[in-house]
Amino acid sequence: MYVIETGVVPVVAPESADGVFSLLWLIIALPLAGAAILLLGGRYTDRWGHWLGTAMPIGSFILSVVLLVQLLGRDEEERQIGQHLYDWIQVGGLDVGADLLYDPLAALFLLLITGVGSLIHVYSIAYMEHDVRRRRFFGYLNLFVAAMLTLILSANYVGLFLGWEGVGLASYLLIGFWQHKDSAAKAAKKAFVINRVGDMGMATAIFLAFVTFGTTDFAGISALADQAPEGTMTAFGILLLVGACGKSAQVPLQAWLLDAMEGPTPVSALIHAATMVTAGVYLIVRSNFVFEYAPTAQTCVVVVAVVTLLWGAVIGCAKDDIKKALAGSTMSQIGYMMLGAGLGPAGYAFAIFHLITHGFFKANMFLGAGSVMHAMDDDVDMRHYGVLNKALPVTFLTFAMGYLAIIGFPGFSGFWSKDKIIEAALAENWLIGIAAMIGAGVTAFYMTRLMVMTFFTEKRWRKDVHPHESPALMTVPLIVLAALSVLGGFLLLNGWIVHWLEPVTGPEPEHELPIPALAITALVTLVVAIGVAVAIVLVQRRPVPDTPPTDVSLVVKAARADLYGDAINDGLVVQPGRRLVTGLFAFDRHGADGAFMGGGGAIAAIGGQLRKVQNGYVRSYALSVLVGVLIVAVAMLAVNL
Amino acid sequence: MDFINPTIEYAELSPLLIVMGVACLGVVVEAFLPRERRHVVQSTLAGVGVAAALGATIAVGLNLDPAGTDGAGQGLVGAEGSIVVDGPTIYLWGLVLVFALGGVALFAERRLEAGISAFAGQAAAVPGTDAEREASTKGLAHTEVYPLLMFAVGGMLLFPASGDLLMMFVALEVLSLPLYLLCGLARRRRLLSQEAAMKYFLLGAFSSGFFLYGMALVYGYAGSMDFAAINEAVVNGADNEILLMLGIALLSVGLLFKVGAVPFQAWTPDVYQGAPTAVTAFMSAGTKVAAFGAMLRLFYVALGADRWDWQPMLWVVAILTMVVGAVVAIAQTDVKRMLAYSAVAHTGFLITGVLGLQSAGELADGQVTSLQAVLFYLTSYGVASLGAFALVMVVRDANGESSSFVRWTGLGKRSPLVAGLFAFFLLSMAGIPLTAGFVGKWAVFTVAMSAGAWPVVLVAIASSIVAVYFYVRFIRLMFFTDPEPGAEVAEVTTASPLTGLTIAVCAAATLFLGVVPGPVLDLAVHAGDFIR
Repeated sequence: MYVIETGVVPVVAPESADGVFSLLWLIIALPLAGAAILLLGGRYTDRWGHWLGTAMPIGSFILSVVLLVQLLGRDEEERQIGQHLYDWIQVGGLDVGADLLYDPLAALFLLLITGVGSLIHVYSIAYMEHDVRRRRFFGYLNLFVAAMLTLILSANYVGLFLGWEGVGLASYLLIGFWQHKDSAAKAAKKAFVINRVGDMGMATAIFLAFVTFGTTDFAGISALADQAPEGTMTAFGILLLVGACGKSAQVPLQAWLLDAMEGPTPVSALIHAATMVTAGVYLIVRSNFVFEYAPTAQTCVVVVAVVTLLWGAVIGCAKDDIKKALAGSTMSQIGYMMLGAGLGPAGYAFAIFHLITHGFFKANMFLGAGSVMHAMDDDVDMRHYGVLNKALPVTFLTFAMGYLAIIGFPGFSGFWSKDKIIEAALAENWLIGIAAMIGAGVTAFYMTRLMVMTFFTEKRWRKDVHPHESPALMTVPLIVLAALSVLGGFLLLNGWIVHWLEPVTGPEPEHELPIPALAITALVTLVVAIGVAVAIVLVQRRPVPDTPPTDVSLVVKAARADLYGDAINDGLVVQPGRRLVTGLFAFDRHGADGAFMGGGGAIAAIGGQLRKVQNGYVRSYALSVLVGVLIVAVAMLAVNL
Repeated sequence: MDFINPTIEYAELSPLLIVMGVACLGVVVEAFLPRERRHVVQSTLAGVGVAAALGATIAVGLNLDPAGTDGAGQGLVGAEGSIVVDGPTIYLWGLVLVFALGGVALFAERRLEAGISAFAGQAAAVPGTDAEREASTKGLAHTEVYPLLMFAVGGMLLFPASGDLLMMFVALEVLSLPLYLLCGLARRRRLLSQEAAMKYFLLGAFSSGFFLYGMALVYGYAGSMDFAAINEAVVNGADNEILLMLGIALLSVGLLFKVGAVPFQAWTPDVYQGAPTAVTAFMSAGTKVAAFGAMLRLFYVALGADRWDWQPMLWVVAILTMVVGAVVAIAQTDVKRMLAYSAVAHTGFLITGVLGLQSAGELADGQVTSLQAVLFYLTSYGVASLGAFALVMVVRDANGESSSFVRWTGLGKRSPLVAGLFAFFLLSMAGIPLTAGFVGKWAVFTVAMSAGAWPVVLVAIASSIVAVYFYVRFIRLMFFTDPEPGAEVAEVTTASPLTGLTIAVCAAATLFLGVVPGPVLDLAVHAGDFIR
């Protein structure tokens, strides 16, 4: 029997793909082909484009299921399969192949992406029915799925980066899909720019990996990781974390996610809740062989995670826009996953577990929110909702399943996954554990508030709004996702998921809890109950004002302003940046004279002479050349003499 | 006194001789052929000449002998030590000639201006006078542009192949003077064009002076103009270090000016904007290739042993160039100026590559040398730049080419193909994966990182992010912004197949180099080392 030792970081050593596994590339190729046909085919594909676009991820899903069954039939040590497609960049040591890696971790992600992705495609057929650009929308969605699958299946960091950029591009296109809205265009740009900061971290990490290890393959790096100096690994880990923060909207790169809700709701469900934003968590779990040798970087992950999970939860409490409230919640839930990932082998499996259950219940709730908006003429303000439980029974019931899952109602999927992360956090450090527990209480509060304001209290509908239940194409995906939200916890049955991921993350170490596990569960449930009760007292028992009250505490004000995330970015980055640009621009236009004025008496004399014999702009250009000569000469001499 | 007859390796130097020969022939044609037939004859002659030179280059390249002490190089030092035909030379020659072919095709474009070329009818006529109007009504066009182009190409071939400082200086002037003239020959907006030419000429002459002075100082140090001899002097450590230091500084000024590095970039936007776009397209690709080839040869062959002294200076220049190029590009509102500043930023990225390690012997088994990385980057940037400027030629309004942002707004809706291709070239320049630019950036950053220049690489990554911002902003402008109601917008004019083909080839090359860069990277690796 193959035994994985505790405390040993598993090395990635894939076997070459044969049999059904040689079809691995097809999982990416199907949606990619869909995107190509839909985007290049133009108007000719308008009539059947959405059906093709939906069929492609379904095809990938079926294939993923077949592969998973095959993988389950294999021995544990044979569960890493590599497929070499072709040499992408190969020149001596710079050897980057277009390689795929299929292992237990990738297998779970494939199911999540293609499964939830297919449901959301089906939902979008009805949701986008009246949009003249529906075919293009499906083209972009397919492009996103292909890029996300590339990210997950790549066997090296460069391929992962390719997918990483691809999902960024798709996200940009989809956030700005309703480009006629100025806010959508702005939000797309903001998401793009902030993500580039994260990408900078990723890119630098990849260069560092290449310089240190001479390869960017997971296999190569994981085999050499134990020999690298800890300082290098720490730098590597922190750079990866920067990348993860950008993509997964973690503090301090969180500001784009709330604005990203400008995109059509299925996009928010698929990209900005269930899949893309969790790529950061995937990155960290996938790079476990880096973080295991970089404890400092691991600590950074935990700090970022805890700050974000509270930050997102606080924002979620103050939003009246149903999608933004859910977005704050996404941020916070990803914080939980990051926390799990930061705890090392004790938490990796639970991070992935929570990622999957969150994928189910958050996609469920976003699609539910879409269904509500559909009924309310695209109004997103919860102050204009109320008692929708009667008008939208299916949406209400499915949404309720998601709600119970996210607050961690005993027995629902979120209960199992969040509980395990809090337990692992408590075992690591009681302070972190308590922060995570408070987060759970706040989650219960804002989700209850959302639930109550939308489905209960009294009617606050605008004029001429006649809510009606959505068509079957929309409700069927909701029902499936609701079922998954309830039952997702089965993955933990007998510790299956922990065991399943062992070849990737190493086994879960034994840890001692300060108090019995059952007591922790009871405590968490109590905190959640308090959160629910407070929300009911504050929201259900009092009338909901039509406009947000203005005489509120500073905390609420801050939360409404996204905890000043934009203001911080603006003050620390945007304004200085703008000043730099204006400054440089001014220098470029008129600056040669100015620079030279400050350049000392001797140069001034020369310049004065030059000025007499030359005229026009060339004069100042020539002066700048002269200044340049001095800079170059001084740089040469300063170093050497 | 004996007079020793110099030996000239005619076979190996044939590409150079063909280009120069065709250039001279072009001058003769200009004198003897009636005006109406000149255009066809001249353009055909130039096209055939460049193609023949390209064929000759390939033939020479296939038959290079191994050379150099460690066998890492191949080729020969010809023309009594003044011209070196080695692997990198062949690669650079091929590159320059391919871009020249594109240049000839763009020069020959006549459909856009309804049957006349984009060059001035009578350059000597003062703008706005009767003489100019007369030239224009008669449909005159300068066909001297073809011989001028060929002379410039000849200079570009000679520049990176020179084996001593004197030849390098001659090549510098041979490539520059025709370009100064070409810049001033625009048919439309002549004042802008002439102003650009004047600036380029004055500043170019100014910086050539520094180069010349640098030569004198280095000669004073080494006692020779020959690169091999200078290398020997540096290795053995002659006296008067300060002569060498100042000499290197002044030589660099001449080269950095040609590549448009900060603080010598001032001419770039004005010249790129003012020159006829066909000239800009050719110049942006060709000059960069030639000048970086020369820079690599000078710094690696002659001054390689002294690199600890000049590397810090290049660090500073690289950082300044990238930051200024990327940041100032944000503030531009004209397509050609934006591309000019982007060219400045790319110069910085290329210098980052130059900072890498220098010879195969110092690398771990099979790593890329910085020479190879820079060669690849030049290829990827050159095709994107040539293609992008060629596209600028076809976006026009009633007054000819129209390069202000306002006119390009919403182009994606009017002509998805042109806007899409332009966006593709911009994405390649931005270094998005699966385009040529990504592999190029990857290569130069890696070599710089291997050489320990990580601060420069950090700045490089940061600047490429800033650069992505303005490229993507422009793409958004083309696709996602509607023009102000009533605003005048530019339309795409159908160009001749020559321009169309140039653009198509550039786009195909950009995609090919991004998806399967292997063959071209292999070619760069096979170029091997410089020989002395």
